[in-house]
Amino acid sequence: MNSLYILFDEIYKILFLLIPVLVTVAMIVWLDRRVWAFVQKRRGPNVVGPFGLLQSIADALKYIFKEIIIPASSNKVIFIIAPIITMTLALIAWAVIPFSENLVLADINVGILYLFAISSLGVYGIIMGGWASNSKYPFLGAIRSAAQMVSYEVSIGVIIINVLLCAGSLNLNDIVLAQQNMWFVLPLFPMFVIFFISALAETNRPPFDLPEAEAELVAGYQTEYSGMMYAMFWLGEYANILLMCAMGSVLFLGGWLPPIDINALSFIPAPFWLIFKILFLFILFALVKAIVPRYRYDQLMKLGWKVFLPLSLIWVVITASYLLYFDLLPAQI
Amino acid sequence: MKILRLLKTIFMMDFIRGLLIAIREFFKSKKTINYPFEKGQVSPRARGEHALRRYPNGEERCIACKLCEAVCPAQAITIESTEREDGSRKTTRYDIDMLKCIYCGLCEESCPVDAIVQGPNFEFATETREELYYNKEKLLENGDRWENILAANIKADNPYR
Repeated sequence: MNSLYILFDEIYKILFLLIPVLVTVAMIVWLDRRVWAFVQKRRGPNVVGPFGLLQSIADALKYIFKEIIIPASSNKVIFIIAPIITMTLALIAWAVIPFSENLVLADINVGILYLFAISSLGVYGIIMGGWASNSKYPFLGAIRSAAQMVSYEVSIGVIIINVLLCAGSLNLNDIVLAQQNMWFVLPLFPMFVIFFISALAETNRPPFDLPEAEAELVAGYQTEYSGMMYAMFWLGEYANILLMCAMGSVLFLGGWLPPIDINALSFIPAPFWLIFKILFLFILFALVKAIVPRYRYDQLMKLGWKVFLPLSLIWVVITASYLLYFDLLPAQI
Repeated sequence: MKILRLLKTIFMMDFIRGLLIAIREFFKSKKTINYPFEKGQVSPRARGEHALRRYPNGEERCIACKLCEAVCPAQAITIESTEREDGSRKTTRYDIDMLKCIYCGLCEESCPVDAIVQGPNFEFATETREELYYNKEKLLENGDRWENILAANIKADNPYR
């Protein structure tokens, strides 16, 4: 009886987190399209619901009622599993994101490692989808995406080490609390920029959307997908983008902390600060999508391995020596 | 010069300028319109849906000369004619296959009595093909419905014909 109670309690908590996240993902698609349209002086979706807010719901309904076509020569099991994996991985990572000091689903002590591991696994959904389609464009798209995600993963990992050196803990709440005096974006600004660009590459956003470069690869790994399975890839992609924004806010922008530690700002509840920061980063994501042309593939790889990786490694050394020399190392280490 | 270029790359000057331009354009007025709710201006010469016009006394203008049928490059027009009791030549059948039609406007140009015209209406999509095989009744009904606008358009375009 008791264990049943705990089970229901946990499910309730998970739903309390998941449903807002899914609704936000739908809204964020609208925001993305809207920002993109506004930069190009178009109006964007503005018909369905107030300001077109329900556009994504309408799109999702359309996807649900569409037929799912499974190619005859595809590996059916993997073909069906791939979008499920993408979506699941994009959603389970939210478990460790702290919305306030107590409002976190799983306050595990290696939160950042969990987050990093889950976002690395995200590539499996894409590569499985591309492989199982048994078709040229999805396969090429999947290969591109795998190479791209793996290379930018490395620099993100090194950037996280920078933050960990300053925070002295792997727990996301401790990382947020370590930023009470100063957000890490100020001392680690170059790292923040590199993190932002790597996040763009990691989530296959323009200018690094080579896996789905429509000019040469039709739709990349999504080419053979249709109906709800396509929508799940699509939702997973945006959930991933949102997750990267949340990760950026927690690591560099002080998570749920208000900008200045004064009473006047603390009347806004902590979760709202995190949401503001996520939205700010997302709008930046959307603006970048509107203004930049797509990278060439060799430029992308060059940027990842020859620029970002050495730069972030050097910065680790600089941060470490600075902290050690001035005796500023956090107490936990 | 090379150092300047390098510094520009490191501090991402181009990107920041692009971002600022994007933010500036973001708040400018939009160039597009809310199409189904507000519509752009249509020229009096617009070649949209066809219509057969009548004289003010209700008599059909068409004299079944079949010039439009002859000139139609897509061969979308089919006309059959007969002599009426009063001795005038009138059409018994005037069909336009709107799916074949390429909306070139040659029928309108060839018509000596301004009977077949192309109006400003471009929103006549249907759900079946059959609805787009226009017959004489449909074309005359179009003419009756759009007569005011059609007459005004022909008048406005007259000096250039």
